[in-house]
Amino acid sequence: MTTPAEAPLEAPTIPYVDPVRRARARARGRRDGLIASVSTVVVFAILAYLITSSPGWPKVQETFFNVDEAISAWPSLIKAFVLNIKIFLVAEFFILILSLLIALGRGLRAPVALPVRILSTVYVDFFRGVPTILVILLLGFGVPALQLKGVTNSPVVWGTVALILSYTAYVAEVYRAGIESIHPSQRAAARSLGLSSVQTTRYVVLPQAVRRVVPPLLNDFIALQKETALVSLLGPIEVLRSAQIDASANFNYTAYVVAALLFVAITLPLTRFTDWLQRRDTRRRMAGAM
Amino acid sequence: MRRSFLLSAAIPAVAAMALAGCASEADTTASSASPSPSTSQDCSPETMQTLTPGTLTIGTDTPAYPPYFEDDDPTNGKGFESAVAYAVADQLGFSNDQVTWVTVPFNKSYAPGDKDFDFDINQISITAKRQKAVDFSDGYYTVNQAVVALKDSPIADATTLTELRESKLGAQVGTTSLDFITNDIQPTQEPLVYNDTNDAKSALEAGQIDGIVVDLPTAYYVTAVEFDNAKIVGQFPAQDGDEQFGLLMAKGSPLVTCVNQALTALKDSGELQSIQDEWLVGKDAPYFTE
Amino acid sequence: MTFLVVNDVHKGFGHLPVLKGINLEVDLHEVVVLIGASGSGKSTLLRCINGLEAVDAGEVRIGDLEVTAPDVDLDAVRQRVGIVFQQFNLFPHMSVIDNVTLAPRKVQGQSRSRAQDAARELLARFGLADKADDYPDRLSGGQQQRVAIVRALAMKPEVMLFDEVTSALDPLLVGEVLDVIRELKQEGMTIVMATHEMGFAQEVADRVCFLDGGTVLEEAPPALLFGSPQHATTRSFLARVARI
Repeated sequence: MTTPAEAPLEAPTIPYVDPVRRARARARGRRDGLIASVSTVVVFAILAYLITSSPGWPKVQETFFNVDEAISAWPSLIKAFVLNIKIFLVAEFFILILSLLIALGRGLRAPVALPVRILSTVYVDFFRGVPTILVILLLGFGVPALQLKGVTNSPVVWGTVALILSYTAYVAEVYRAGIESIHPSQRAAARSLGLSSVQTTRYVVLPQAVRRVVPPLLNDFIALQKETALVSLLGPIEVLRSAQIDASANFNYTAYVVAALLFVAITLPLTRFTDWLQRRDTRRRMAGAM
Repeated sequence: MRRSFLLSAAIPAVAAMALAGCASEADTTASSASPSPSTSQDCSPETMQTLTPGTLTIGTDTPAYPPYFEDDDPTNGKGFESAVAYAVADQLGFSNDQVTWVTVPFNKSYAPGDKDFDFDINQISITAKRQKAVDFSDGYYTVNQAVVALKDSPIADATTLTELRESKLGAQVGTTSLDFITNDIQPTQEPLVYNDTNDAKSALEAGQIDGIVVDLPTAYYVTAVEFDNAKIVGQFPAQDGDEQFGLLMAKGSPLVTCVNQALTALKDSGELQSIQDEWLVGKDAPYFTE
Repeated sequence: MTFLVVNDVHKGFGHLPVLKGINLEVDLHEVVVLIGASGSGKSTLLRCINGLEAVDAGEVRIGDLEVTAPDVDLDAVRQRVGIVFQQFNLFPHMSVIDNVTLAPRKVQGQSRSRAQDAARELLARFGLADKADDYPDRLSGGQQQRVAIVRALAMKPEVMLFDEVTSALDPLLVGEVLDVIRELKQEGMTIVMATHEMGFAQEVADRVCFLDGGTVLEEAPPALLFGSPQHATTRSFLARVARI
């Protein structure tokens, strides 16, 4: 390749690209951008037209997308949504810790740890198989009915405990998959440096495993956010229940739509945040890679 | 107990809608809500525009609870609403064989689009807001709300609304029992809300609530048949006019006039009262005072 | 003076015997090179020496420490024996400096600053000073392998084991890794290495062992073993290697 005079001498680290090719690439980029914009606009316009011109649209709009309904339902929905967020945050905290312990428990190979391994396995098998609803009803109505002294009968507490038990089983499996995806040679390398088994897990295996399972973990947590609504079976008014109350009083589903938007509103930033974390991690590791 | 209503509120709301310019909608609402059939219509299976010509299709939810239905089977003519439905059908000239039942979940009864029933009978109370989405027949039952509590509950001997104000109350979602708690009792603690009376009873037994608010017939039923250690604490005097159950029909249904004629005839002949006497026993629970 | 002794060691995986009564003695400051076909037991022998694999029979001793004793503290053994693998096995989530200082800090309890000072000194010695804060993915294979060697050296081992450390490298990058081993030999490090680099073996080894079928079939100073191998198997192996 020849090196024309325009070669970027002042910034030698920037790869040199032939100006003609560069112009061509830019033109192609502009054209692709234009096509993307036009096709997006056209597709959405057609969809919007098809939906809003349908004979039933005014009725659907009235029943699902009613601004007045949304406004009147908003205060009680947002108040109820605070409960969802509280349940989610508390459950999330315990799930992250407990599921890690379960996952590690399942991975123990020492003979003395056999009971731990069996218990962890049975726990996961059981709670993954049983519908969350049943766990919630059982703990939420069953445990308080035992009337144990000094044990709370709060439906919010027991509902949250049920979610924790259920999701810990799922998340433990995610962790375990992450741990098992780390090649044994990493463990061998750490052990041959003199690190103990616990240190190897703590400093070498887990940090890599957790990075790998962030996307599936996030999946489970978004699902958990939505399943906080199941606690309403026990009586507490969370956002979906609040929407249901509103809908059945007014025979209008708009409150459900608003509740859905609230869920999306907290899910989206979380998704974008993890995307960003992953990108940053990749960039940091791959920067300047050949 | 479910879905009771406030009729007196309906009239000003209809007037307001008319003033707001929803002329055509207000007209149909007015004619359907009007208890006196101004124009007598020829109502027979041959002339009525039912869903399936010559057949009357009636909807209700499942499970269908006593005392409104028996054995979760609306077709047996047993239970208050089953009996009312067949009486209305008979009045319109449909034989029992010409009546078909369909399952209509409460949440679906007010969905936009075509209905798959001629009318829905499911302890749905008539309210002005609901009448924006559907048409109702005249009321076929005037219902009072009542409080059920365990015999050893702190509110078991309450006689005034004030005494209930400090208590933790529960109700079924979608019912005016819930509205009643929020608007009339106004307790200091947020009420708990359940999918059905069974869950509410579980919560009562688990000590999570002090009492449940249900319609009086349901209160009688659960205390007499299902719940040995519970009692009706009291019933509430009608607030802001009577609460009435109505038959739910599609907005603008051509059957409204005929159904209302049939109901009027059943009231005039005393048949409706005798059905009520047969299935809904006891009206002598003490009234709460302020 | 004999420093490392492998005495009649047997090791199998499932029904497959890999080491069948192997014997090896390595003196302090000696460089012993293991050669042999794939599957002859070179890697397994190295992994038995630092206790990564438990032996089925026989004993391994390093100085006064019996590696194969039932109550031995393997973590202590491994601090005295450095090993470097074919596939580098750097920790990809850690920068170079963190890879090198992890064991000194967590196992030997060194302070971060002390461990880092020592690590930077080692990295500088092997031409990696400017790579300290990079992540392994950014490095070439040769650089990664040099970091892996530095990581093992940071624990100040008494013997270094190299398990085909150049096999996964681009031929152009083999030299820089061999240079490191050459330098370690000059410093008097006791080394046992498995390799397919016959030229390097000939140059650097004090003694060459030819492994075949899980035993040491023949061992001799390189000139002798490469010059006039005693066994037919050795001769045919060397002939095959020479053709590559």
